[in-house]
Amino acid sequence: MIQWFSSIRIGAAVVLALLGAPVLSNAPLRAQEQTIVVASTTSTQDSGLFSYLLPIAREKTGVEVKVLAQGTGQALETARRGDADVVFVHARSAEEKFLAEGFAVKRYPVMYNDFVVIGPKDDPAGIKGRDVVAALQAIKTKGAPFISRGDRSGTHSAELALWKDAGIDITKDRGPWYKEIGQGMGAALNTASASNAYVLSDRGTWLAFKNRGDLAILVEGDKRLFNQYGVMLVNPARHPTVKKEAGQRFIDWLVSPEGQNAIAGFKIEGQQLFYPNANDPNA
Amino acid sequence: MNEFARAVELAAGLIGDFDPELREIVVLSLGVSLTASALAFAIGAPLGAALAVYRIPAKDVLIVTANALLGLPPVVVGLAVYLLLSRSGPLGGFGILFTPAAMIIAQTILGIPIVVALVHRMTVGLWATYGDALLVDGASRMRATASLMNIGRDGLIIAFLAAFGRAIAEVGAIIIVGGNIRGYTRTMTTAIALETSKGELSFALALGIILILLSMTVSTLSYFFGRVLTGR
Repeated sequence: MIQWFSSIRIGAAVVLALLGAPVLSNAPLRAQEQTIVVASTTSTQDSGLFSYLLPIAREKTGVEVKVLAQGTGQALETARRGDADVVFVHARSAEEKFLAEGFAVKRYPVMYNDFVVIGPKDDPAGIKGRDVVAALQAIKTKGAPFISRGDRSGTHSAELALWKDAGIDITKDRGPWYKEIGQGMGAALNTASASNAYVLSDRGTWLAFKNRGDLAILVEGDKRLFNQYGVMLVNPARHPTVKKEAGQRFIDWLVSPEGQNAIAGFKIEGQQLFYPNANDPNA
Repeated sequence: MNEFARAVELAAGLIGDFDPELREIVVLSLGVSLTASALAFAIGAPLGAALAVYRIPAKDVLIVTANALLGLPPVVVGLAVYLLLSRSGPLGGFGILFTPAAMIIAQTILGIPIVVALVHRMTVGLWATYGDALLVDGASRMRATASLMNIGRDGLIIAFLAAFGRAIAEVGAIIIVGGNIRGYTRTMTTAIALETSKGELSFALALGIILILLSMTVSTLSYFFGRVLTGR
């Protein structure tokens, strides 16, 4: 509440400023110094990981995290504009591009889970098994309905890479069976559930998802379905407003044994959702 | 239909429990939207009245613009405010992107054209009826306008309510400029969007029912407030 009222005050000040009144100074409020904005993905929020992890992080580090759950593409864009202190995403090539552009100094691997192909239980395209490439080829051959995120998220880029692995040029070979919805993971699962379609999902969001209808996991365990998450502090040299001390403290905790154990401890119905791997130099 | 029954049950449960997180979300939703509609009213009502009473250059252009902006898409306003308030934008120095203040600004912008258009329409009618008489009595246009606003009090309440209705119901602008941050910028509409994406459809609908009840409460209170004010 107190925070809210102070925001109202700032809001009123801004409105006055917009109307031509003298501009008030932009001194950071003391209470906000320990608060950071983390731009992350829909999977970390929709799976419930953040609701579980952030209270622990706050207790151990004193850093309060405000999460923006966006797709990986949008999260990196938010950070590029200087509107986030930390990014926590899952698309290695996009993360490396972000690093190369100088928007971050270091990328830390944090954890992984995996993607799964979800589809109707009666599996009309007959894709059930381990081989994701064969599964995608069967979906295309049969013209079975497939929902694509289409939002430049981490899951969307993983999906595009998998089509490529399957030797399918999806921009050219797509038909009416391929529906690009341009929304988050949950919306894609809702759409698939409502239309009995196939869809690629991260396992965490699927496990936490409540509106499954007739859908089930059909393809899992292929090593091409590996899904790595990384975290980066936005480069303070590019954006001086970045809260580097608190941001780094949060990152250090995430990759510390304590943070890694906390991540491993997150379970839904007895199933572990994310596997910590900060110590893997290749991750 | 099952979902609807469950949603009603869940909504009743949430209201009965006085769930603390829900309470926070309700307070924020009402706070942001009431502040925004009050600001939109404070800016829009004088403008709308002046457009009816005074001879203003390019008056028709302003009126047509206000009417056209009734259909202002929230998502576009959200995006524009986002770009202005972003650290890389012209007003980035304030550091208010992803705060309730940013949400108030976006909803105020959405509300202004509604208030301008409605107050203008009302004042044109009143001015045609009472304008000459008021001026003959020797009142200045300023005084005459004040008298008209007094006569048209219930119309003003409608204008305020229309702006509030627009604000409390929209999700497109505030999800972009507020970021739907839990415990900070999460409102009723952004929470509904989130619960839907989690597949919690009944829970999302339950929140929707509570939102509608809230809107009805605000409009009922305004109605009685208006009755007291107009003495009818």
